[in-house]
Amino acid sequence: MRTVALGQAAEIPLGEGRAYAVEGEQIVVFRLRGSGELRAMQALCPHRGGPLADGQIDQDLVVCPLHANMFSLTDGSCVTADYHVEVYPAWEHDGQVMISLA
Amino acid sequence: MSMRQQLVVVGNGMAGARVVEEILDRGGRDRLDITIFGDEPYGNYNRIMLSGLLAEEPSDDIFLNPVPWYAENEVTLRHGVRIVRVDRFAKRVYGDDGSIASYDKLVLATGSRTFFPKTEGMWVDNHTLTPGVFGFRTLDDTTAMIDYARRHRRAVVLGGGLLGLEAAHGLRKQGLDVQVVQSSPVLMNQQLDDEAGRILRRAVERLGISVRTGTRSSAILRGEDGSVAGIELGNETTACDMVVVTAGIRPNVGLAVVSGLTVERGIVVDDQLRSVDDDHIYAVGECVQHRGEVYGLVAPLWEQCTVLADHLTGTDPRAAYHGSRLATKLKVAGVDVAQMGLKHPAREDDEFVRFSEPRHGVYKSVVIRDGRLVGATLLGDSSKVAFLTQAYDRGLPLPEKRVELLFELAGPTQAESAKEMDDSVQVCNCNGVSKGDLVACVRGGTKSVSGVMTATRAGKGCGACKSLVADIVGLAAAGDLEQDESTRWYVPAIPMEKPELLAEIKARGLKSVSAVFAELARDGREDVKSKMPLASLLKMIWGPEYVDERDARFINDRVHANIQRDGTFSVVPRISGGVTDAAQLRRIADVADRYGVPMIKLTGGQRIDLLGVRKEDLPAVWADLGMPSGFAYGKSFRTVKTCVGTDFCRYGLGDSTALGIELEERYKGLESPAKMKLAVAGCPRNCSEAMVKDVGVVAVGDDRWEIYIGGAAGASVRKGDVLAIAGSSAEALRLCGTFMQYYRENANWLERTYDFVPRVGLDELKAVLVDDRDGVVAELDARMRESVDAFSDPWLEGGKPVTEGQFRDAFPVR
Repeated sequence: MRTVALGQAAEIPLGEGRAYAVEGEQIVVFRLRGSGELRAMQALCPHRGGPLADGQIDQDLVVCPLHANMFSLTDGSCVTADYHVEVYPAWEHDGQVMISLA
Repeated sequence: MSMRQQLVVVGNGMAGARVVEEILDRGGRDRLDITIFGDEPYGNYNRIMLSGLLAEEPSDDIFLNPVPWYAENEVTLRHGVRIVRVDRFAKRVYGDDGSIASYDKLVLATGSRTFFPKTEGMWVDNHTLTPGVFGFRTLDDTTAMIDYARRHRRAVVLGGGLLGLEAAHGLRKQGLDVQVVQSSPVLMNQQLDDEAGRILRRAVERLGISVRTGTRSSAILRGEDGSVAGIELGNETTACDMVVVTAGIRPNVGLAVVSGLTVERGIVVDDQLRSVDDDHIYAVGECVQHRGEVYGLVAPLWEQCTVLADHLTGTDPRAAYHGSRLATKLKVAGVDVAQMGLKHPAREDDEFVRFSEPRHGVYKSVVIRDGRLVGATLLGDSSKVAFLTQAYDRGLPLPEKRVELLFELAGPTQAESAKEMDDSVQVCNCNGVSKGDLVACVRGGTKSVSGVMTATRAGKGCGACKSLVADIVGLAAAGDLEQDESTRWYVPAIPMEKPELLAEIKARGLKSVSAVFAELARDGREDVKSKMPLASLLKMIWGPEYVDERDARFINDRVHANIQRDGTFSVVPRISGGVTDAAQLRRIADVADRYGVPMIKLTGGQRIDLLGVRKEDLPAVWADLGMPSGFAYGKSFRTVKTCVGTDFCRYGLGDSTALGIELEERYKGLESPAKMKLAVAGCPRNCSEAMVKDVGVVAVGDDRWEIYIGGAAGASVRKGDVLAIAGSSAEALRLCGTFMQYYRENANWLERTYDFVPRVGLDELKAVLVDDRDGVVAELDARMRESVDAFSDPWLEGGKPVTEGQFRDAFPVR
């Protein structure tokens, strides 16, 4: 496991996501409204490659903006079809967005 | 040791998974440990819906049984494993990954595969198709086709049967030039006679698909990179970069052959679907040959699964399959087709009644022998299919006036025929659901249409039977038909209808989406699906006082542009009434050049659409355009189309352009439950199509204007209803606003006016909005005025982003 710092947590508005390039991978980090906790997953929807960073979220789910497939922010499972996205542990440390890669 | 018998099913397609479901329904888990092998890496999906997937039609989930379903039902799924051998003496099956499973009973449901006719250039080697050549059979085939279609322009479909036409339709929708090549002179020659085939051909050609019949391909040509470059048809060569092969299917019988079972065209089985060689082995579905017949449609397969499950679970020891009478009802390339029994009269005294109307794509015929229906074909209009299927299946007496078989002549309506229909009649062919199944589901306590559809899957395939399903559920539930309560809620998270929710929000002074969740949602939890409708409602209620939380907005409303399939955006500046000038056009052209806009498109609403703009370029594009937003991305007031009006048109009775511009300038960008598209026509010739708009205004002379509401010419087509005739353009302007405000306050989320107007009723709308029966018009107009006054152009945000990274690319690596 390796830990990578992606940037200022303040760059991510509450309830929205922002995408980052991490060693050639595209990863989106969301900030939950309320707690301000972070959630990270692959940025590309496995259905038709939609940008999950542009999706809406609540405490549990993100909705892909293209065809409304919904994915769990916790385990990456898809509740609308038989897909799966990679999720990564993410947290805030000294104002930085941290994620850990397998 | 388990005392339960080991049941192994080979094949996790529609037959294999269905037979397992039928077994579970009969409590078979108590007697059987079930293992199912599938060589595809997925759960079980609905093959019928692959056509819809290819055409990118919105649909229900294609997966019938996703992977977790198996574990939930204690069925062992081994997906991605192909069974290569059956040892009948040891009663074991061997997988290509080295796995071994023992069985007491074995069910082969291996289905069928694409038949590739021997054609030069089709294959690179024994296992690899030439790049650009596709079968159309599996989910992988379909996703590979979609992917390839994105990068190519011309496709040839070999085979003009059902599957071929569906492939052609889908590829056409993907934007390709498509040609269908059919070796028979007639399209769908298995189901249709020459005349019906000709009519279908015209319907298909109207979709922009070209058709060649009576010819077959002799070779596929490859380009320098080894992929498809063209195809030889007779002596001609046609250039193309994609070939889809839909020239039939062949049963997968290899496993049965190497295992020593009797195989002719399919695996030969008896009336219990049991192999004729081995009492422990059964077969079901398209790989089966029963009494000489091999079936390639889904309905017989459901019947086989029922019998096999009855037999394997001991539920009905006498269950026997006697073969299926083939009645097909489906939608092919958007055209209704139903066919059963004979296409033509076969004996001299057979009666043959036929109606053909090529211009409208309608063909109907029936074949009658000794007073009984022995064949029927319906194309383009399948309204009589319920009665005909029943008459065909049960040999019912037929009306003396044979024409009544083809048309409703003051005969029973669909609802009445739903009542008379026998319980055994199949209603949903895609998922094998009979009227009896629907009725049983209702008696079992499910009293809503959507509940019954979810439980039985009726209507979840091609969708052609949905209205019949609703009629039957309505009849069976009699007085207790439940509207699903939640379908009446404005948003899923809050159990209130819109008027109640609206009143509650006002009473409690809730001005942000998070405040609404905190006070009104169950457990105070936010819900992603409820955010956008709540944001729209709050903006309408509070205007400038609304506390705008940007995460409540859909991406389009965060960046004021319409997201495209590749994550870029489309930009449509406001050109009120569709009237522009040379300076605007020059600026638009300069912007398109400067930002490398890949496509400039005139829209249906008379606007100019710049497609493929990168998110981070949006602010600069807006600034350089120097024009306001045209709101082509929102659930909002969109556009007012106009005709030329009186300035130049010889016929104009009213100044439609002036009124159109005024309408748009006043009501621009208003958020609403669904988009609102308007038009103004200067005379009843209706060049701007005002009669099929959400709100349309038509000049009838002397400054009098008809106000149409609830029209549509999109996914639905509906002529609008005349709400009133306004005595001046000022009154027309006001009346449009009164109606739109009423719609904004009362319509459900995403309910277009063409559903809203018939739901509320025209008489009611006239009474409230024109006669002011309830004395609310002045208040409606005042609230509309507040909304209009609160407008500001969202593109002004470009200069100063509202949130950090508002215009940052969602894909940092491109």
